[in-house]
Amino acid sequence: MTSRPIATTRSVMEVPTGRLAMWWVLASETVVFGGLLGVYVMMRLRHGAWADEAANTSTWAGAFNTLVLLTSSLSAVLAHQAAERADGPKAARLLRYTMLGGGVFLVVKAFEWTHEIREGFTITSGLFWSFYYTAAGLHAAHVLAGIIVMFIVSLTAARNEELQRVENIGIYWHFVDVVWIFLFPLLYIAK
Amino acid sequence: MTQRAHAGAPPHAETNYVAIWGVLCGLLAVSVLGPMAGVRILTLITAFGIAIVKAYIVCSYFMHLNIEKRWVAYILGFMLALMLVFFGGVAPDVLEHEGLRWQRTYVAPVTSGSER
Amino acid sequence: MSGLVAPPAAPHDAGFVKTYLWSTDHKVIAMQYLFTGMLMALIGGFAVYVFRMQLAFPGEPVPLFGRVSAGQYNSLVTMHGSIMIFWVAMPVLLAAFGNFLIPLMLGCDDMVFPKVNRLSYQVFLLSAVVLVASFFVPDGAFGGAWTAYPPLSANAAYNLTRYGATLWVVALALEFVAFLLGGINFVTTAMNSRAPGMRMFDVPIVVWMIVIASILFMASVGPLLAGAVMLLFDQALGTGFYDPGTGGDPILWQHLFWFFGHPEVYVVLLPAMGVVAEIIPVFSRKKLFGYRTIVYTAVATGVISFFVWAHHQFVAGIDPRMASLFTITTLIISVPIAEMVFVYIATLYGGSITLSTPMLWALAFVAEFLLGGVTGIFLGAAGADIYLHDTYFVLAHFHYTFFPIAIIGVFAGITFWFPKMFGRMMDERLGKIHFWGTIVAFNVIFIPLFLTGAAGDHRRIFDYSGFPDLATPGLQYLRITATMGLVSLLAFQPVFFVNFIRSLVRGPIAEANPWRANTLEWSAPSPPPHGNFALLPEVYRGPYEYSPEDRQDDFWPQHVPDDPPAPVAGAGGWR
Repeated sequence: MTSRPIATTRSVMEVPTGRLAMWWVLASETVVFGGLLGVYVMMRLRHGAWADEAANTSTWAGAFNTLVLLTSSLSAVLAHQAAERADGPKAARLLRYTMLGGGVFLVVKAFEWTHEIREGFTITSGLFWSFYYTAAGLHAAHVLAGIIVMFIVSLTAARNEELQRVENIGIYWHFVDVVWIFLFPLLYIAK
Repeated sequence: MTQRAHAGAPPHAETNYVAIWGVLCGLLAVSVLGPMAGVRILTLITAFGIAIVKAYIVCSYFMHLNIEKRWVAYILGFMLALMLVFFGGVAPDVLEHEGLRWQRTYVAPVTSGSER
Repeated sequence: MSGLVAPPAAPHDAGFVKTYLWSTDHKVIAMQYLFTGMLMALIGGFAVYVFRMQLAFPGEPVPLFGRVSAGQYNSLVTMHGSIMIFWVAMPVLLAAFGNFLIPLMLGCDDMVFPKVNRLSYQVFLLSAVVLVASFFVPDGAFGGAWTAYPPLSANAAYNLTRYGATLWVVALALEFVAFLLGGINFVTTAMNSRAPGMRMFDVPIVVWMIVIASILFMASVGPLLAGAVMLLFDQALGTGFYDPGTGGDPILWQHLFWFFGHPEVYVVLLPAMGVVAEIIPVFSRKKLFGYRTIVYTAVATGVISFFVWAHHQFVAGIDPRMASLFTITTLIISVPIAEMVFVYIATLYGGSITLSTPMLWALAFVAEFLLGGVTGIFLGAAGADIYLHDTYFVLAHFHYTFFPIAIIGVFAGITFWFPKMFGRMMDERLGKIHFWGTIVAFNVIFIPLFLTGAAGDHRRIFDYSGFPDLATPGLQYLRITATMGLVSLLAFQPVFFVNFIRSLVRGPIAEANPWRANTLEWSAPSPPPHGNFALLPEVYRGPYEYSPEDRQDDFWPQHVPDDPPAPVAGAGGWR
């Protein structure tokens, strides 16, 4: 294992460096999703007819996915709690439940999209669908990235090492959850 | 490296995360049932108002923003405020169907996915 | 020495690849960004040479290129603009100087996330490779202007560069990701890893500026990143985000682009002003006038920069009420920048000035940027802009700002920190020849372009012979003058390269602190080894204590402990 620079261990702002960096990651992601969703809202308000398009999304799939992500956020924060109590293996196990939640989310999404594409609603079917696939797709890419990073964190956490990373990846995961909390009504409910 | 597990974390009382999760699920149920009533203003409040409440709860209790240093919340708030500026500056152009000195001649295509 | 810590031992005998190509050392990464940026500058400079020759001698084959077609002209201007901003100015000013200076000036042994740092360069390199690859695909590099407005940029039937257009968007998106990664490193390091005793207002101005610029970038690029994905889908998948035929809106792209594009100019301006702020006190032997003012002003400028973007769209058909609003905010933003210039001038006043090469570049920055700034006032007023938009007046304005930023500021920084980076001194005589040749030629290029622009020369025109009002001998004479200025400018650049390489190989060996400066990087060896400092320094004062009162030396480095208290009169000597 390479040695860590002294710089990484300093904490002048009294927030651990890893967590501070994660807050900045969230700050930059906020404007990415904020920009995309802001544009979607503008377009949606301009095209009242999109409500008819949106009627073709499955509210139950969306609601179920929301439930799945909320539950995975629960396991993520419980993982953090375990890490605070220096119980690395338990934290790793809870992180794996979180990854499972993310996996279920992606599988449901895959079924959803397959069904919609079979019905003829592709990304070029209309501007609503372009936004639908782009926004949900960008979100899904972040879910996937989160699962991968979480997997790596769980490996070191299981050995009781680098436990502070459990909290940091948890914060990222909660952010992904929050984005979906807004995507759900925007894409599924407003009909 | 267990002693670095929560370096810098302020001491906080044990939060009942499962209870908070329960509240979130309840809010989710309301936000799904609300639009079924068919009343537009109710839909907006339950769908979007509840989304804001849920996001606030996740940010406060799961991300621990409620006990984090204040300036972290300010940084995130600043980014959100910028999105409002963005919306405010762009909406007058993108939102409007009619202009002061121009007419809209574009006709919306018939909306049906299977026709493409 | 209480509490001073030694950095962890360097891995010895790492081999060529690990030391120069796969390193996590911030100094090596800085050099990688610097050399990549300078290489891209050669490409961007060649592009402008070709298209300016076409403008001066329309239809004539250009030496080293051949005859320029209309499509090639479009590709050349697009690539010149894109490369100079995203692959020269940003990597050199932000990434190279930021990577090199931030850990050194803050008394650190490296950035907080060295591996993320290495990844950021690799993503950046990939973006540069993708962009250069676009020159070699069928139909050549993207020809839709660096602003890439749809439907021209979205529809290959219009821009005639189908593959180049997509590669351009991909390269841009990768570049954004690289700078987001790098920016997080910079901001976190500056916030959390300062040397013991270094309070926020003991941090050198250039570090403040690079950090503020990184935050500005982070906050503004998000919507454009989303918009670039949307443009990519329009190009490659046939979606219609910007197509009125499907309900999309081309003006949307303009807003997404400029919401980023305007803060972006401050993202590159602030580091350049930071470099100048480091040089002026050293070569005036005088404390920086109004440190806190500069910091607050830079932050204020950053915030205001989010409220001015639509001044790029005054004639695009935006809501005229918005135009009035943006005129007011644009005129307001000139005030803080002017104030920073005044502060620099106030620093010079009464100082003991040495006109070394870095100082010449710093002074030239102030003078030339001033001209750029005041011409911006005309453009910021919506009424005047109706005439001036899309003329060469705009082009001359932004070159009078960008050239100081990306060229003058960069040369100032390189000549100033060369001793620290490479352990050798540059040649002053060659430096001055290069300076004067560059500055005079620069003005010979762009003053005529203010005139042609005011006379009505449109931008992005391949050949003016189709415009009777503009195809006059008088205007053509000005265009030729500008091109000759450019050729002279390019002719003087080898002087810099000769100076650089000769100094690198057999320049006089540099001591640690050849300029007798205060900031922490000058207390490390020249060049600093892996880990930077034998013992990580502690800080006792601000960075600009030059000619301090009641002291023998005319400088007082930050890391030198305070003097012990004077002995009480009448007591026995304490020695």
